[in-house]
Amino acid sequence: MDSDKRVQVLKDRLTYIEDIFGAKRVETVELLGAKFGEFLDRLPVMDHSVRVREFKQIEDLFAFVERKLETELTPMDRVRIVRHPQRICLKDILENVYDNYTEIGGRGEFNIDPSMLIARANITRRVGKKVINQPVMVIGQEKGHGEGFRNGGSAKPWGNAKALHYMKVAETENIPIHTYVSTPGSFPIEDYPGAAQQIARNLYEMATLRVPIIAVFSEGGSGGAEAVGLADRRLMFSHGYYSVISPEGAAAIEGRLRTGQRATPELVEKCAAQLGITAEDNLRNGYIDRIIQEPSLGARPEHYDFYKDLRREVVQATNEVVSSVKSMKLFRAMALKNRRRRKGSLDPESIYVRWHLSNKARGRLLEKRFQHFREMSHHAYEDGRSFWDRVKSGMEPLGWTIHSWFSYGLLRRPRKHMEDFMEEMRAEAHLVREKVVRPVRGTLQRMKVVRKKPSSRIQERAREELTRLSCPEEGACIIDDSWLWMSPRSQEDKAVSCPNARTHGCQDLWAPDLFAEFAGVCTTCGHHFPMEYEWYFYNIFNYVEATEFNADIESRNPLGYEGFELKLDQAKKRTGRKSSCVTFETTIDDIKVVVASLIAPFRGGTVGAAEGEKFILAAERARKKHYPFIAYVHGTAGIRIQEGVNGVIQMPRCTLAVRRYIDAGGLYLVLYDTNSYAGPVASFLGCSPYQFAVRSSNIGFAGPGVIAETTGMEVPPKYHKADQALSRGHIQGIWDRGEIRKNLYQALLTMGGRNLYYR
Amino acid sequence: MLNIKELLEDIKANPYKEIVIKSPHTGAVEFADIKPGDKVRGRSGSYSEKPGTLLANLTREKNRKPINAPEKGEVVNIRTELEGKFVEAGEELLTIRHFLTRKEVIELILKKALHLFRAPERAKYYFIPEVDQKLKVSGKRSVKVQDGMEMLIVSRMKRETPLAYSGPEGIIYSVYFTRGDNVDAGEPLLGICPEDQLTTIQDVVAKVQSEWDEE
Repeated sequence: MDSDKRVQVLKDRLTYIEDIFGAKRVETVELLGAKFGEFLDRLPVMDHSVRVREFKQIEDLFAFVERKLETELTPMDRVRIVRHPQRICLKDILENVYDNYTEIGGRGEFNIDPSMLIARANITRRVGKKVINQPVMVIGQEKGHGEGFRNGGSAKPWGNAKALHYMKVAETENIPIHTYVSTPGSFPIEDYPGAAQQIARNLYEMATLRVPIIAVFSEGGSGGAEAVGLADRRLMFSHGYYSVISPEGAAAIEGRLRTGQRATPELVEKCAAQLGITAEDNLRNGYIDRIIQEPSLGARPEHYDFYKDLRREVVQATNEVVSSVKSMKLFRAMALKNRRRRKGSLDPESIYVRWHLSNKARGRLLEKRFQHFREMSHHAYEDGRSFWDRVKSGMEPLGWTIHSWFSYGLLRRPRKHMEDFMEEMRAEAHLVREKVVRPVRGTLQRMKVVRKKPSSRIQERAREELTRLSCPEEGACIIDDSWLWMSPRSQEDKAVSCPNARTHGCQDLWAPDLFAEFAGVCTTCGHHFPMEYEWYFYNIFNYVEATEFNADIESRNPLGYEGFELKLDQAKKRTGRKSSCVTFETTIDDIKVVVASLIAPFRGGTVGAAEGEKFILAAERARKKHYPFIAYVHGTAGIRIQEGVNGVIQMPRCTLAVRRYIDAGGLYLVLYDTNSYAGPVASFLGCSPYQFAVRSSNIGFAGPGVIAETTGMEVPPKYHKADQALSRGHIQGIWDRGEIRKNLYQALLTMGGRNLYYR
Repeated sequence: MLNIKELLEDIKANPYKEIVIKSPHTGAVEFADIKPGDKVRGRSGSYSEKPGTLLANLTREKNRKPINAPEKGEVVNIRTELEGKFVEAGEELLTIRHFLTRKEVIELILKKALHLFRAPERAKYYFIPEVDQKLKVSGKRSVKVQDGMEMLIVSRMKRETPLAYSGPEGIIYSVYFTRGDNVDAGEPLLGICPEDQLTTIQDVVAKVQSEWDEE
């Protein structure tokens, strides 16, 4: 290598170290800089042999400093590493890990979304004397070494839609998918297909994508990462991070900062350390399967050995996934397992596993994927159920399965035959009556042999009720429509102004009227004031007769986040509940349903491990019992950031459970109320084909403050309102509060799959 | 005939508008922390989503409602004797002096000096070809209009009908619609000024543009 090039490489290494550690390791960096400066001064006068020696010395010094700094890396340093323009990006990986590739739908900035890169790539290798060519679909966010139009790998909704499209192509072609996650988060805009709704769609489809998916995490920022991260094997770069929120975002929330204010570096550092974002943390928690070791201070484009390791790891992971579901594997599966135990014993490239899957193997793959995610995050919540309850909850599903098998499987056909037969008979009888009995009776009546039957009293009364306008003899005609549960706010003697008073000229409303009879709806403009979750529980979901289950699954503080224990205890005391998810079985009119609801008073309805588990158990219960499954979202602020990845992993987990339920033929219906944002909307709520919102609710991915901060766009005041969401196609309808019960009942009768018990 | 220069002098002598803030309904008044001479601002933000400076709170039936400044200006006087008292609807609470902006002054002058020809219905409007050509070639000040002169085409739902000008004779001073855009009924289409006043109006507007300080 000529000396100019070597000098340039060293210069880059120095800048890199400065950028990562700049403010913290001033002395080390300055010392290294000074040594390098001296070396550069001496360089022109050195003769060849001295030059060779000196280059070796200075390069050794750089390597030594890098190794030393490597041991002192904090989580926030890792964040800076993955975001550095010198970090390897997907293009480098495509060039160096795969043998051949064609980029699809992109030429620099001429791309529907330059931050999402799709390529059909090949892995070519020699096994024995044969050359084998294995195609894969490579999908991932591209940071492009800091190219502006790449948007730092923050994919727009249509970028995620493109990713989904090519995942489906891979499914059709029956080739594995390798995804590379390198995003600080999804770009938070609501334009169709919508940030949240598109991530939800991606998760929903990936849940049953019938090809192996291998995900490699470099920068896993929350929702954006999940859009391509639901995989059979999840690998992670040793210097990457995978987190529920960017450390800066967490610090802004923690420090209660307003828009435009910046958190102090110390606070950001502290948040990064508390969130459990590093590869080791995630491996320990079981959210990734393997760490790919990077060179000191992270992989950069010139680390060619690293590409070799990466290639070996992805090939190995794909082999493992495929061989775990294939029926014909014999010794190869053993060899693969063996390699995992003793590192370097056999090169995975020398083991050939066909990546093409049969139909049966694909089925097994999906089952394994579901189980893989189902087993995660059990350590992150507290199962406060008694021993007996746990035994019961283990046994009960068996009972439901047997019952379902009898009533909807074994006995269904004879019963159906019987019903069909009875229906035919009734039709016959009706015809006979019409054609034979009626004419005869008519003739007899005309001949006055028999008298015409007077219409019954019941019929008359019904007619009277329908045609009468008032009932003067009974006093005032009051229809009994009082609500079962009334808000405590209806006890206050005060007037309340509608927020639309300025534009709609609404009169002040008296609280006892507004919060009792009017159910919190402005009589002039129809604005819906937020109501307590109990109002819906009692007045809509018949909570009096409901059976709540799994109430003892309790939220905790799995990461030991500072001060969170106290906040959690306060929430528990205030609401009398142990998590923000309440699950119960109830009847709506005569239809039995399972309801899972997220309630806003408990930590803003945020979703953590306990909530996710309860939600999944509710979906499973609904599936086994053949009941409709309703998710009532009183309010959710997103994933609970204090639980870190334990929270964010609930996005794929719950979506998998929901997908399983829908595929089994159930009806999954979502009803949004007040404010619903972020993670849950971008996964298990947003994936429902039937989403309805109570009027005046807000639905979106990120709040106005976050949008302004990340995109620089100012958001119009009613950007997230339900009617906007409806016109963007995110939800399927808006219901008035007074009509929810009626609409819900009608929805249960008219929507949904084949597996419902009353069908 | 209207004397525009005199009008400008009048405005200059008294370059503000006094806004009297009255209580919108009955209630107990609590003034915010303001005193005469304080500057206040009106609604702002790209969607005028930010309310103006808080002037007072009015409480009726335990419902405390803010009263915000409707426009930018300076507080002139506050009826502090009403602090904490129950007032009737329409009671004067304070006065704000709003200094007229350059745009408002020009608007005021033009409103008095021009005859506005308004759109009779919601539609797209075009000039008839002859007028259109003349406008393009020699500018809008070159077109003279008189009552009954056919000059516009009303285009709505693929139906095109001619529209005659009605109003005093004069020349077109300004055109308020753009080609291809819908104009609501009652919105001004043209501003017509008497021929002999054209130069005066132009002078005055130019003067206001250059001399008026209040943005």
